[in-house]
Amino acid sequence: MTGALFGAIESGLLYAIMALGVYISFRILDFPDLTVDGSFVTGGAVASVLMVSGTSPFMATLAGGAAGFIAGCMTGFLHTKGKINPLLSGILMMIALYSINLRIMGRPNIPLLNEETLFSQIESWWASTGIDAALMTPFQALGIEGAAPNTFYVLLFGTLLIIGVKKVLDWFLQTESGIALRATGDNAKMIKSLSANTGLYIMIGLGLSNALVAMSGALIVQYNGFADVGLGVGMIIVGLASVIIGEGVFGRKSIARTTLAVVLGAVLYRIILAVAMQLEFVKASDLKLITAIIVTGALVIPTFSGQIKEWMERKRQQKALTQELKQERGQDVAKPQTD
Amino acid sequence: MLNLKQIEKTFYKGTPDEKRAIDNVSLTLEEGDFVTVIGSNGAGKSTLLNLIAGVLFPDQGLMAVDDLNMTYLPEHKRSKWIGRVFQDPMAGTAPHMTIEENLALALGRTKKRGLGRGVSSSRKKEFKKLLQDMNVNLHDRLTTQVGLLSGGERQALSLLMATFTEPRILLLDEHTAALDPARAEHITSITRDVVNQHQLTTLMVTHDMEQALSLGNRLIMMDEGKIIFHADREEKKKLTVADLLEAFQKARGKSLADDKTLLQK
Repeated sequence: MTGALFGAIESGLLYAIMALGVYISFRILDFPDLTVDGSFVTGGAVASVLMVSGTSPFMATLAGGAAGFIAGCMTGFLHTKGKINPLLSGILMMIALYSINLRIMGRPNIPLLNEETLFSQIESWWASTGIDAALMTPFQALGIEGAAPNTFYVLLFGTLLIIGVKKVLDWFLQTESGIALRATGDNAKMIKSLSANTGLYIMIGLGLSNALVAMSGALIVQYNGFADVGLGVGMIIVGLASVIIGEGVFGRKSIARTTLAVVLGAVLYRIILAVAMQLEFVKASDLKLITAIIVTGALVIPTFSGQIKEWMERKRQQKALTQELKQERGQDVAKPQTD
Repeated sequence: MLNLKQIEKTFYKGTPDEKRAIDNVSLTLEEGDFVTVIGSNGAGKSTLLNLIAGVLFPDQGLMAVDDLNMTYLPEHKRSKWIGRVFQDPMAGTAPHMTIEENLALALGRTKKRGLGRGVSSSRKKEFKKLLQDMNVNLHDRLTTQVGLLSGGERQALSLLMATFTEPRILLLDEHTAALDPARAEHITSITRDVVNQHQLTTLMVTHDMEQALSLGNRLIMMDEGKIIFHADREEKKKLTVADLLEAFQKARGKSLADDKTLLQK
């Protein structure tokens, strides 16, 4: 159980980069961008092909992100220049990317277990430091070494990485260009009248969004040890789940607060998923259904709980006033019969 | 300054709904002119403003600011020279961003946007002073989200955002029409102050005749896409609402009479 929990946090930290990408398109640009399902794999595909051919994992990961940037810009281009509806632009790009990803990979699946990846590089350095052994001592002292993960380096590396990405994004969204990007999603008419080329901002914004998504894909294939062309199916929903759960639980007061919420949302989503998978009757193939249920829940529960509260309050008030009326005038009012 | 020459604009060309919105309009604004534009609904006032702002392109004609031909320059490029305030208080500001962020966005109208901090501490001070000078109660609410402001406050902010960077042309599109009378009066007086302060060349559309008379040094009246009445400087000072109604009747009445006789025969 705890092993699965640590695994969920580890992958959650890597998927959080993707969630930040979805946050840019979905929240900042107000553009529901389905390119994500394709560009996530594109990042993984480009990175794995490059790593197999001997490129350094670091450069391969960056190249994966760059490929995502181009894909996102293309979606923006379809929308702004081709005047295609946002959803449709994303779907078109997603479908196109499926074939493109297969072309890049040359086959549906690329194993990376014997390749040098960012993780294998860090792992070998990490082993030489002996920090794992030190971190394990408190667990051993408590006699719960079974609850500890095998190693701590993924957690540490993932945390540092996501903090870095979050900080850069926070900074960018406060720059002159960054606030113009936010205004493009908030009030396009207004920012056009203030000399901003909204078409260009949408293209670059979607580019940045998909660059993060693809970089996350590149990291996930290295973490998993293989790249698969079907890896991105439903990824947009995972991203939305992270954004919505994060904002719902941790709030969205400021930009920095919201990006933090999205990151924590991505981790929380993986934890919820891991817990659900522990249930006996749940099969691995139920994963997507569970995802859909989690997102629906996150969307519906806030509205629903508000309605219930209102309904209860109304009922209480009606009861009191009916009684009052009865005492004052001896008159009894009931609901009219309607059928 | 601003030159419009033989501007034509027809909507839904070649369909039964064809409408000639602007019919051969020529207009020149000198440096510092403040022209108010009145006319009934559908007269073409807003279309004229949209053509100048670049939201629409004319079918024919020429539009120039100073010695620059802007007839077919995209909206986001020409807004470097043109400031605008819209009728809808929601339209001129970004609701989910703070007051200071909105003001920083307005600074980008004339300067290229880079990777410098949008709201730097020196800008913050400048914004605070701007709001204080404008005498709206917003200077201690710089970090408030604009969506939480009232319509009047948002319109005052829009006006500030459109003017403090001193555009060559200021376009006001019925910018007090959506406000209650007291707030409209307040925005009108702020408008008078900022236009005077920066000596802005201004074109203001309104359907409030009193407002059209009290503001500006020139007045034009539009009907069916044409300028049907023009009062300049000295002439405008003496103008009354009764004069305007009479001018309107005279221009409109004639054409109405013509139409009627045609229809009845």
